[in-house]
Amino acid sequence: MATPGNNGPKSVFNTFNLVAGTIIVIGLIITVIRFYKGIGAVTNLDDNNPWGIWIGFDLLCGVALAAGGYTTSAACYIFGLKRYHSAVRPALLTAFLGYALVVVALLYDLGRPWRLPYPIFYQHGTTSLLFEVGLCVCIYLTVLFIEFTPALFEWLGMKKLRNFVVKGTLALTILGVVLSTLHQSSLGALYTIAPSKLHPLWYSPYMPLYFFVSSIVAGLSMVIFESSISHKKLHRMMDEEYLKHHDSVVLGFGKACSLILFGYFFIKTMGVAYGNNWHYLASGYGVVFLIEMLGFVALPCFLYAVGVRDKNIKLIQRAAVLTVIGIVFNRFNVSMIAFNYQLPSSERYFPTMMEIGISVFIVTVGVVLFRFITTRMPIFFEHPDYKGEH
Amino acid sequence: MLRRTFLGMLGAACVGATTPGKAGAAGHEFKGYPGSKGVLFDETRCIGCRKCEAACNKVNDLPAPEKKFDDLSVLDTKRRTDSKTFTVVNKYEIEGKGSVFRKNQCNHCLEPACASACFVKALTKSPSGAVVYDASVCVGCRYCMVACPFEIPTYEYDEPLTPRVRKCTMCAPRLAEGKLPGCVEACPKEALTFGTRDELIKIARQRIERYPDRYLDHIYGEHEMGGTSWMYISGDPFSKTGLREDLGTKSAPELTAGPLAAVPMVAGLWPVLLGGIYAVSKRKDKVADEERKDAVDNAIAKASAEAEQTLSEALSKADVANKRKIEVEVKKAVEEALSAKDADEENGEESSEEES
Repeated sequence: MATPGNNGPKSVFNTFNLVAGTIIVIGLIITVIRFYKGIGAVTNLDDNNPWGIWIGFDLLCGVALAAGGYTTSAACYIFGLKRYHSAVRPALLTAFLGYALVVVALLYDLGRPWRLPYPIFYQHGTTSLLFEVGLCVCIYLTVLFIEFTPALFEWLGMKKLRNFVVKGTLALTILGVVLSTLHQSSLGALYTIAPSKLHPLWYSPYMPLYFFVSSIVAGLSMVIFESSISHKKLHRMMDEEYLKHHDSVVLGFGKACSLILFGYFFIKTMGVAYGNNWHYLASGYGVVFLIEMLGFVALPCFLYAVGVRDKNIKLIQRAAVLTVIGIVFNRFNVSMIAFNYQLPSSERYFPTMMEIGISVFIVTVGVVLFRFITTRMPIFFEHPDYKGEH
Repeated sequence: MLRRTFLGMLGAACVGATTPGKAGAAGHEFKGYPGSKGVLFDETRCIGCRKCEAACNKVNDLPAPEKKFDDLSVLDTKRRTDSKTFTVVNKYEIEGKGSVFRKNQCNHCLEPACASACFVKALTKSPSGAVVYDASVCVGCRYCMVACPFEIPTYEYDEPLTPRVRKCTMCAPRLAEGKLPGCVEACPKEALTFGTRDELIKIARQRIERYPDRYLDHIYGEHEMGGTSWMYISGDPFSKTGLREDLGTKSAPELTAGPLAAVPMVAGLWPVLLGGIYAVSKRKDKVADEERKDAVDNAIAKASAEAEQTLSEALSKADVANKRKIEVEVKKAVEEALSAKDADEENGEESSEEES
């Protein structure tokens, strides 16, 4: 079995570290400019386009793609599907890092980031959906941290604390699902206030439901996608238990994804029917909508189904990549591409290189932290002291 | 976080969630605070002199513009409000009619989208009718700007430490002193009329009735987005002068009432549902375990019973066999004994015969 700590890459100057290091240095430089000169100095945001890629990608996509935490732990602990147990820790770690970085990204976007606790501790704007998002994300981040601590305590050898936390697993999992349901859907609900700005093909009173349902698929697909990368890059950290269950996790999640994508396609179509927006399908935005629906919902749904039928792990992994891209595409559509569709193209938003740089920087920090933690703590393997104790 | 704090906040979230829910009930119409003030803009009277812009700049202590306010060439390009300009007058060319001017500024909605979107209550609708902003709590999330259907709030993007949301305040500080808003006071053509909202609607109706050829029968802002304190009358379709006519009459809180109302339901029902699913799956496991155990017990019982039977059968067989063996042995012994006796007797007779 792999043991933590002593089997990382041999030289500090390997390709990964060099690339990651460069990105991080660039990111830090942009950070200085951002906080020294203001948001306007690094972004293309303006009075018509107050939210750009930092909200559209870092927040909306970040939160959706970190949904693996609640979906996987719910499958394992609430629905009693014990064979997914080996996938819980990587998923929870991804979720925790994902949410933590969402908060970090938010600090760049907020005009006065140090006031981030204000809505929670100082003055509650309870009529705002953003208040709900903020409150849920704040509590959920705490829950995710607690859910992750057993791995930390095992690594540090703090047996009593670890056992204490493990006792609360079920309660934490249920709380996690409640909070996730609320904030995942609220991210969609944020846009229900602006029917005049979001294109009718995307605007729907069902948006909260769309965001919630697609977050489940996003989370599961992300677990599949990420495990396939980890398999290549972090294989040495995985124990037999993890490897033994890996294929069955992929198959099970693939099946779930196929079914949920089918349902999602159905409710999205119902949304178009509800608004009687069929005629928009013939427009330019209609093409974008069709690409999203056919290429990134229907196609992965089909590929997942075939992959599960043929027990073709490779195909399922490809469907997962397609789904992840599809979720990103959807969130981009809602927050940027189909948002402000009424404005002339000269007043539309496109991110600056520096904005993109910060987003890349934050993702890189996430990958580096993930690597740091998984090469040390019992994430892909069971700690020898606690084997089979779940 | 303390549990009590958490519960308190959850409660607060629920209260906040249900209030607009109730407000969103059928037939709801919020008429605004009684006696709240507003402004009526008459497009047919505006001449595009920009006196209102100059006055606004002055009373709000805004920085001087690049081109002076008496330079009317700026009207040739479409402008919007920004962090240094709370109001702009734009020129629109209407076919067969020539130039029409419209002033743009915050419309001070009765139920403002910005205020309902703000998660720290930095924006509020005051009883005077003005939608006012409190920079001391603003976090700078700019959701108000996303929410506003009129694209009014602007932001100080180049301010690194203390960026503010900027927009027309309806001159709330001046109203408090009993003065008119700066722009209304400055207008030389009485294109702007200040008064209580109810009065303004009456005035607008009178004008429309008196000059049906001059005005369209529509007071923009009477119902748009649930009603606004700043209203417009015009001789041309409002969409031609940059006002959207597809906003609908639903107020922003009504739009978000559904999702907000779902919050307490999810918080209340999900734990029950998930707990139930957990209990069912656990019970299923337990039953399956018990059944397995029972089956094993049965099998063991059956097997041991069978084994016992075979044993007893074997034993009884062995018994019979033993008995038979003993009998055979006994018989054998008896026979042996008898034959021995016979032999003795014969011998005895012989010897007695010899003796005698």
